[in-house]
Amino acid sequence: MHTTGLAEIVRPRDLAEAVRLAAEGGEPLAGGTDLFVRLRKGVERPPFLVYIGDLPELRRISVGESKVEIGAAATHAEILASPAAARLPILRLALEAIASPAIRAMGTLGGNLANASPAGDGLIPLYLLGARVNLVGPDGERALAVEEFVLGPGKTALRPGEVIRSLDLPFPEGAPRAYFRKVGRRRALIIAIASLGALLWLRDGTIERARLALGSVAPTVVRPREVEQALVGRPLAPDALADLVEALSAATRPISDLRASAGYRRTVAGRLLLDLACTISPGG
Amino acid sequence: MRIQFRLNGRPVAVDVPPGRRLLDLLREDLGLIGTKEGCGEGECGACTVVVDGKPRLACLTAAVQVEGKDVLTIEGLSEAGQLDPLQEAFIETAGVQCGFCTPGLVMAAYALLRENPRPTRDEVRAYLSGNLCRCTGYAQVVEAVLRAAEKACPR
Repeated sequence: MHTTGLAEIVRPRDLAEAVRLAAEGGEPLAGGTDLFVRLRKGVERPPFLVYIGDLPELRRISVGESKVEIGAAATHAEILASPAAARLPILRLALEAIASPAIRAMGTLGGNLANASPAGDGLIPLYLLGARVNLVGPDGERALAVEEFVLGPGKTALRPGEVIRSLDLPFPEGAPRAYFRKVGRRRALIIAIASLGALLWLRDGTIERARLALGSVAPTVVRPREVEQALVGRPLAPDALADLVEALSAATRPISDLRASAGYRRTVAGRLLLDLACTISPGG
Repeated sequence: MRIQFRLNGRPVAVDVPPGRRLLDLLREDLGLIGTKEGCGEGECGACTVVVDGKPRLACLTAAVQVEGKDVLTIEGLSEAGQLDPLQEAFIETAGVQCGFCTPGLVMAAYALLRENPRPTRDEVRAYLSGNLCRCTGYAQVVEAVLRAAEKACPR
């Protein structure tokens, strides 16, 4: 096959047909913002694509009592415009940081997850909220925690013929403060060099509970659970967190690439903890 | 595959492979060469068009993805021989230099004003951040969008 040749694309009538086509070797296509780039570069050559981007059952966003369910083919822009983003500030912060308005109007959260890039901005809130991934395949449905679903860069637990149906994002207890920051050269379209997302439960300026998620500094997004534990009971102030910067750096397993060296990634990832302390005001 | 959609307000039906890029469909099959190819991988915004009111990159869009949708290109903004106020504003502020990125910038700005008719300067800058321009330095472009917004809904 010619590397820049046209991809053969079939359009299933419904999700059941999409699953059948995926089982025949078709690769799901939703927004195409990453897949078309990979096809063009010839790094991937699926026999054909299955266009699932317009299937209504994959585009639903529903806000329930305990969770939000987001269809795999809902675009970032649709999620941002939905009540789901208003109910989950960490989701809003992360999705707003994705690329440009055009890419946000094309790309999907399901696609972000299927790509399993350690730099995927959309994955950070999924790790922080403890999202579950609902899959449908030839043998029926199953659900996996996001940390079980993403296995490594570009690697997921998807079995042949399985398609992501939706994502369940449970509401966190109480009212944690949300933080998201990515470090890169150009705000639009940057692929993060390092990113940190956080949910912090505060009482009188003291951290009662914390969840952190680091992006772009390991083969997958990582939750540095030792640092999360160590934050408990500390006041939210840069001075009070300074000694944990090293620990956060130590939770990373970065690589050197075109965008940054491993050493820079490790250093900046740790120091994002100070940015967090400066960004979230302890009161309010 | 037969693909039907609305293009600049008119229904069109074309016979193309479903994987043909919207960019090639527009430029090569339909002769609408206003939409430009810059990087071809979603980094530069030169191929921005508006689909169902939202900005979209024609280089990363397959023909099958616009089936049944409403596609607006730069040609559709001045169909009656009259430039869109946005285009007038780009000329007035010298927001056009070599012109290659201009159709993409104008279409992105068009989508912005549809979403947010009176954006602030920062909102304009943020919304156009996916569109690269190597000539203008962006200041005149941002000015053009603010001017067009002011004209359309004066405060």
